[in-house]
Amino acid sequence: MKPAPFEYVVPKNLNDCLNFLYQHPENSKILAGGQSLIPTMNFRMAQPEYLIDINSLNELSYIRTDKTGGLQIGALSRHYQVESDTIIAQKAPLLHEVMPWIGHVQIRSRGTIGGSIVHSDPAAELPAVIVALNAKLKAKSKKKERWIPAEQFFTGLFATALEHNEMLVEIAIPPMPAHSGCSFQEYSRRKGDFALVGVACMIALDKNKLCEQVRLVYLGVGEGPVMASQSCQSLIGKQLTSDLLQQAAKIASQNDLTPPNDLHASCVYRRHLAEVLGHQALVQALEKAEKTF
Amino acid sequence: MTTSYIGESVKRLEDARLLTGQALFVDDVHLPKMLEVAFLRSSYAHARIRKIDVSEALKKTGVVAVYTAQNLGDYWQAGPLLVSPPPIKRLTFHKKTQVILAKDKVRYVGEPIAAVVAENRYIAEDALNDIIVDFEPLPAVVDLEKALLPDAALIHEDLPSNLAAHVIQEKGNYFAIKDQADLIIKRDFSYDHGAAVAMENRAIVADWDSKGQQMTVWDTTQAPIPIMNGLAGMLGLSENQVRVIAPFLGGAFGPKIMMFYSEEMLIPWISKQLGRPIKWIEDRQENFLATTHERGQTHHAEMALTKEGKILGIHDVFLHDTGAYDPYGLTVPINSQCTLLGPYDVKNYYSEFSVIFTNKMIVTPYRGAGRPQGVFVMERLLDLAAKELHLTPSEIRSRNFILPEQFPYKNEIIYQDFAPLVYDSGNYAPAMEKALELIDYKKFVEEEQPKLRAEGKNIGIGVVSYVEGTGIGPYEGAKVTVGASGKVSVATGVGTQGQSHFTTFAQIVADVLKVNIHDVTLVTGDTFKMNWGCGTFASRGMVVAGNACYAAAMAVREKILKLASEILESSIENLELGDSKVCVKGMPEKKITLGELAVKANPLRGAVKPGTIPGLEAAAYFGPSTGATSNGVHAAIVEVNPKTLRVDILKYIVVHDCGKVINPMVVEGQIHGGVAQGIGNAYYEQLVYDKKGQLLTASLMDYLLPTSYDVPRKIITGHIETPSPLNPLGVKGTGEAGTIPAASLFVQAVENALDNPKLEIREVPMSPNRLFELLKES
Ligand SMILES: Cc1cc2nc3c(=O)[nH]c(=O)nc-3n(C[C@H](O)[C@H](O)[C@H](O)COP(=O)(O)OP(=O)(O)OC[C@H]3O[C@@H](n4cnc5c(N)ncnc54)[C@H](O)[C@@H]3O)c2cc1C
Repeated sequence: MKPAPFEYVVPKNLNDCLNFLYQHPENSKILAGGQSLIPTMNFRMAQPEYLIDINSLNELSYIRTDKTGGLQIGALSRHYQVESDTIIAQKAPLLHEVMPWIGHVQIRSRGTIGGSIVHSDPAAELPAVIVALNAKLKAKSKKKERWIPAEQFFTGLFATALEHNEMLVEIAIPPMPAHSGCSFQEYSRRKGDFALVGVACMIALDKNKLCEQVRLVYLGVGEGPVMASQSCQSLIGKQLTSDLLQQAAKIASQNDLTPPNDLHASCVYRRHLAEVLGHQALVQALEKAEKTF
Repeated sequence: MTTSYIGESVKRLEDARLLTGQALFVDDVHLPKMLEVAFLRSSYAHARIRKIDVSEALKKTGVVAVYTAQNLGDYWQAGPLLVSPPPIKRLTFHKKTQVILAKDKVRYVGEPIAAVVAENRYIAEDALNDIIVDFEPLPAVVDLEKALLPDAALIHEDLPSNLAAHVIQEKGNYFAIKDQADLIIKRDFSYDHGAAVAMENRAIVADWDSKGQQMTVWDTTQAPIPIMNGLAGMLGLSENQVRVIAPFLGGAFGPKIMMFYSEEMLIPWISKQLGRPIKWIEDRQENFLATTHERGQTHHAEMALTKEGKILGIHDVFLHDTGAYDPYGLTVPINSQCTLLGPYDVKNYYSEFSVIFTNKMIVTPYRGAGRPQGVFVMERLLDLAAKELHLTPSEIRSRNFILPEQFPYKNEIIYQDFAPLVYDSGNYAPAMEKALELIDYKKFVEEEQPKLRAEGKNIGIGVVSYVEGTGIGPYEGAKVTVGASGKVSVATGVGTQGQSHFTTFAQIVADVLKVNIHDVTLVTGDTFKMNWGCGTFASRGMVVAGNACYAAAMAVREKILKLASEILESSIENLELGDSKVCVKGMPEKKITLGELAVKANPLRGAVKPGTIPGLEAAAYFGPSTGATSNGVHAAIVEVNPKTLRVDILKYIVVHDCGKVINPMVVEGQIHGGVAQGIGNAYYEQLVYDKKGQLLTASLMDYLLPTSYDVPRKIITGHIETPSPLNPLGVKGTGEAGTIPAASLFVQAVENALDNPKLEIREVPMSPNRLFELLKES
């Protein structure tokens, strides 16, 4: 389990990095925390010719607020930084709450938010959470810079909308709607494992306490984060009664998802978990939203 | 006066070295000009090899040599049969052991085909991609039940079928008693025991010194002496020319026994060929694919009982998966067969098993070594019978326990040590009583559980019992030496993999010689220090090597007193040994220290009496007539989440009787580790093969080991001491006690928690996913 030969490149700054990437778009890999990439290379499933180590690019490591009250998070911010940041805890409690579900302390001290999003593991927490939070992702290449809505970023199994010469540089999270609440629920075999099923939920109520917006996003049940659209649709504009939430969880698990059958769980069991967890997430998010009145 | 150490929780003497990184592990061995090896392993479970082309690999810069079956010459051979089948009348056995490198056929994924030797492991692994093997894939035999069907592919083509062995053992006459039964319980069971997954993978460094004509091998083996003897034979060297060192090991649990793995046979030979030190370090993926497993059995079992719940007899027919070869003989299935009987008085027993070749990794003992499988069948049958008869799990067990006056208790059938199975001593009821008390069984069932159920909580309790055959022969040795500094050194031949030998053996020797334990140092697993013995396995270290240490220390003590009596001119009875000196009783000034005595015992001038053996040193050997049988009871309280079916263990009790306890803390440590592995077996771990014989769980991401979060924080242990009459220390083994009944307990408690009369768990492991399916069916 040793990686195939590669050349190790340490760019001095972001421009340097993007230049290099521009010259070698097909055969380079960015090394962030290495928590996913290094195992993949050791299994020789990834055999990049150039490994571009961005760990010294401090300009990619920041957490700050923008003028609208939204959050800007540099792609190289470590999981533990996101986890322990008080502004994030305040402005995006969902993101704060989800962090302890990611691996173990050791992994969170190296792993980065950008690496996790770009790696796009179908059972990873962060992709689902940023979709639930309506985040936007800033992609940058030598020639251009563009914003990609999180919902369009994840294009398939371990695949994203990034082009080969592009890097993810920032994650922007808009301010939470006024009367909103969030919840994250997950079931994994052991603490720190990737999820069998997980779900991130955001509910926003209008001033009459009717459902204005709801985002119920699953992980571990598809090729990437899966938005339970029919389930969400069933709730919009309604008074969120307990029966309605129960039914929405059922719709999500039966209509919105086609969970995989694999070593650790069957499709049927995953569907069952999706309903259980979806319901818990909806109930908890609603409770929190109601508390804002 | 020196205090007595035996029976005390003396802190481990080896920990300082281990915790400060001062302990040597095989990968710490770095030698000048050392080369590294990577193996090309079969990617097919079953295939013919048409051609192997290594020419491209040889061209790679940094590659020094590539070996295949073709260029091993006379050294190409099959590994030895490690354990021949016991002398059982109705027994068939077909010996098939693996060759060093596959020549014309591969029989499991991971079987070694070629070895690349290079300047480093990176280059060696790169070169593996350049080797071209022309395979002709054959259908893989994976399913145990289908392996004997007439259309199954033949794994060993010179055999009529995939049957590796067939054994029938009987006690009494089940068929005659069956008609008298009030109740017959008849069910199928399947039990899958996983892989040991020690923290340290296997590793070998071999160094041929052509000037000294000396081969030194560092090997992660549990049994360095057999490896030394075997290698000497294979390499055409004398035993004196081969030194095998098993330094500190990061766990072993069975698969590192004297296995003569291909790598073990090949690396020293390559070193001799190339005249350079050679290193091979197994990686985690190889550990799953190239280190032996234990895996599964399926049982068709039947129990006949009276209406009072007394067992009349048991009938059991089972299949045992041995994988592609059977180098370890019948140890695992015989352990299942024998241990099934447990602590119970069973007069009639019919047990028949078939060992099946499959295109999977070889099966050899892993902590528990077949015993958990047998115990599962027995304990589940008892649970089912108890339900029918409205008895509690503890009632039905207690009614069947062998009584103290029945010992030594003869089970008649032949055990893995080739002798009829006899339990040396035991007292089973107190262990059960103590376990029930520690878990507060009555209060839980009568008061707490009804309340919890009313709150919608699924919390259940379980209690199981078992025996653990330990301390089998043939023998071990120890050499005890008092040096001129007065310090004592002890050398034993057994390897050490975390069992606290440095502490417990020192406790024994320090007590006999009445010295401070910190003055006793231990050498284990170096064949230059001790070259007679077998190894560490079958929970036998303390019983066999511990008693050898005791015997050697006693012999040295005798030498000390004899010499001191001559020097101090006093009779032996009038001497007092203590604090590293000998003095005349009541005359503390008339004394001589052990260091001074050691110098006198090794004179440089003058004459010695005829027959004098120099030095305060003695070697002694111990071999028990038969194994010592430990026993115990485990009890637990578990909670099952009714929605996700996640199981949490709230309380775990172990009451164990391993005879005289040398160090309670060490016994508890052995039990805790065993329970952790038992929980892994019950709930998390499974080796999953697909239809083509590919192992799908060949990484720690997919093979779920329990972590510190998943094992109960506090395992409460109770000790009962029923000494073994078979050895002077009265000890029995305890290495496997934690593992053996854990899965049986787990499923009983889960059933109790779910309180669903239709739910019957008859298989292990039991994941939440599988539990979900069973509940759907019920
Ligand atoms: C034992 C273990 C358990 C884990 N458990 C979990 C878990 O429960 N949940 C979970 O979500 N994750 C888990 N992880 C993964 C962990 O969260 C990783 O940190 C994360 O997946 C990748 O982040 P990284 O910074 O380490 O990225 P790297 O491994 O360095 O890179 C991952 C991929 O992203 C690319 N990349 C990285 N940064 C950028 C960038 N800025 N722009 C473009 N491409 C980039 C790399 O080229 C590579 O392809 C676990 C990991 C381990 C080892």
